[in-house]
Amino acid sequence: MSNEQQIIDSNLNKEYEYGFVTNIESETIPPGLNEDVIRIISQKKDEPEWLLEWRLKAYRRWTKMKDPDWAKVKYPNIDYQSISYYSAPKKKELSSLDEVDPQLLETYNKLGIPLEEQKMLSGVAVDAVFDSVSIATTFKDELKKAGVIFCSFSEAVKDYPELVQKYLGTVVPYTDNYFATLNSAVFTDGSFVYIPKGVRCPMELSTYFRINEANTGQFERTLIIADEGSHVSYLEGCTAPMRDENQLHAAVVELVAHKDSTIKYSTVQNWYPGHPETGAGGIYNFVTKRGTCLEENSRISWTQVETGSAVTWKYPSCILKGDNSVGEFYSVAVTNNHQQADTGTKMIHLGKNTKSTIISKGISAGKGQQTYRGEVKIMKGAEQARNFSQCDSILIGSDCGAHTFPYIDVRNPTAQMEHEATTSNIGEDQLFYCNQRGISSEDAVSMIVNGFCKEVFKELPMEFAVEATKLMEVTLEGSVG
Amino acid sequence: MLNIQDLHAGVDNKEILKGLNLEIKPGEMHAVMGRNGSGKSTLSNVITGREGFHISKGNIEYKGQSIIEWSPEKRALAGLFMSFQYPVVMPGVNNTYFLKAALNAKLKHHGKQELDAAGFLKLIKEKLTEVDMDTSYLQRAVNEGFSGGEKKRNEILQMLTLEPELAILDETDSGLDIDALKIIADGVNRYRNKERSFLVITHYQRLLKYIEPDIVHVLIDGKFVKSGGKELAIELEEKGYSWLES
Repeated sequence: MSNEQQIIDSNLNKEYEYGFVTNIESETIPPGLNEDVIRIISQKKDEPEWLLEWRLKAYRRWTKMKDPDWAKVKYPNIDYQSISYYSAPKKKELSSLDEVDPQLLETYNKLGIPLEEQKMLSGVAVDAVFDSVSIATTFKDELKKAGVIFCSFSEAVKDYPELVQKYLGTVVPYTDNYFATLNSAVFTDGSFVYIPKGVRCPMELSTYFRINEANTGQFERTLIIADEGSHVSYLEGCTAPMRDENQLHAAVVELVAHKDSTIKYSTVQNWYPGHPETGAGGIYNFVTKRGTCLEENSRISWTQVETGSAVTWKYPSCILKGDNSVGEFYSVAVTNNHQQADTGTKMIHLGKNTKSTIISKGISAGKGQQTYRGEVKIMKGAEQARNFSQCDSILIGSDCGAHTFPYIDVRNPTAQMEHEATTSNIGEDQLFYCNQRGISSEDAVSMIVNGFCKEVFKELPMEFAVEATKLMEVTLEGSVG
Repeated sequence: MLNIQDLHAGVDNKEILKGLNLEIKPGEMHAVMGRNGSGKSTLSNVITGREGFHISKGNIEYKGQSIIEWSPEKRALAGLFMSFQYPVVMPGVNNTYFLKAALNAKLKHHGKQELDAAGFLKLIKEKLTEVDMDTSYLQRAVNEGFSGGEKKRNEILQMLTLEPELAILDETDSGLDIDALKIIADGVNRYRNKERSFLVITHYQRLLKYIEPDIVHVLIDGKFVKSGGKELAIELEEKGYSWLES
């Protein structure tokens, strides 16, 4: 056994590949948070009065709130006055990609996200958010032809104020929770998507988030609306430089699904996880994601692959209001070295014949600590509601931990609930079996983990499934030798 | 091929093998018979280099080289294969993927061209017919939901694909019905040739009716107490082990 442990330890030092810093001139406001800062943000973005008011209401509320302490994660108190709430690459008002700072394009190329037309080949439209500002959105024109709106949040506020005003905060109100309320006060940009009636979005939509500046927080806000009978698949990816200090990422995502519509939201999260040995630095990923299946036969599906961040606090949820609506949550979360994650979902059944599925796969290695926290609530009027939950954890090595907290609240006797949970080690027997066939332990672990995650990976858009598989290999490289 | 000299080995400071000697020449089929607890599985685990088994004295040579310091995969890549008594389930890991990875690891190790998906598929389809398995196997996960017979056939399929020079069949007959036993024996017999050696570890003489060993060893309390031709297996079947115990 000691040898196995040695093998596990010997390889725990794969470096984070996206840890570079881009040298670019930025306009960053000084650290600190007060009403004036919020006015500056709002002014810089040339926002209408109602939005400023909304921000200020959120801020006032936030000053009376407390950090949530119920999650099974440990981190030092965050000094919210030491964070800068706005940072943007200096050049503004771009009319085409040609005007984007070449350094920035280089950054996205390094990340393997070419913003140029080559993405056409894979049929993905990309919105890139660098620090707080949306840099470029590709394929806007093509999408426009289909009637699809895909733009930065700031543009949406300018160009489609009535849509923003109608939906903003309807799923995650500004009073929702500490981090969501903070986001409501200081959010800087993000993506906005509107799919009109009966339209099947012709390509995958994708946003890449990048934090670059030191001492900045990233507070983006995403709002996706699928009108009646429409269909959209959306993917977000995230990376950040390696820095010794922690950085806060407190995003809010709201999804609204109208009658007969489908929203599929996938995340491949690879924020900097902190130093592998000391645990210093890394992103605090405190994100509120929620979708409402507003009307009948609508469907919202969350798929997440969480491999980065020092601390993750995240529960993508579905409110199943419309009859026959469907909520799904597919998750793979990896915690290696000193990473901590408390993640899961909430499925709130309100409508009749509503159905939810939860598949959660947790992988812990090194000193990683991971918690699945899920709530399934069947309300009184939710006749014949059904839920299936499956939460599996796998442990690699003996210094990590996996914890499961399922909450079930059933108020209608016709509900059908199924819950399955397993925790296992990567077995010595599995490793030996692979070794005896000439497969190295490293390849064996990657094979076993990918097998374990298969049910979730198959939910990802094809090319991102490949990316996720690779990412898992990098994240776990060295967790066994 | 394999030369074991005065092997003392065990688990957790408990000595299980107490001075075992064995020489297997190329092309030979040896059978080791013994009761539960006699040291049979320790022998196979020590030869394949499993974690947790230690050697306190003696040596194991494979093709003239001592392998006792070698990792399990180094031994495997050098041509040593074991058909597991309890084949391991690998949830979600596709058989095709698993076996292709194993074969390509071996090809690469020997400086040969690795097989692409199409090349592998062609090969595996041929091998499947040899153990009477259909192509649905290719989509299934390794040993997941396999019956006892399917698991053992899968082991033999892997052997036929990886083409080892020395194959250890560890209790391959346990839990098999007669049809499955025949399929496996046929697979093994076709695989036999002048270069390839086998070590068959078994409780019963049942399998040995279909796979004729050249030499049979009786293992009692960590040592071979008697060795002989295939007729020794029949004798054991009739008389049991007690007449050999001191």
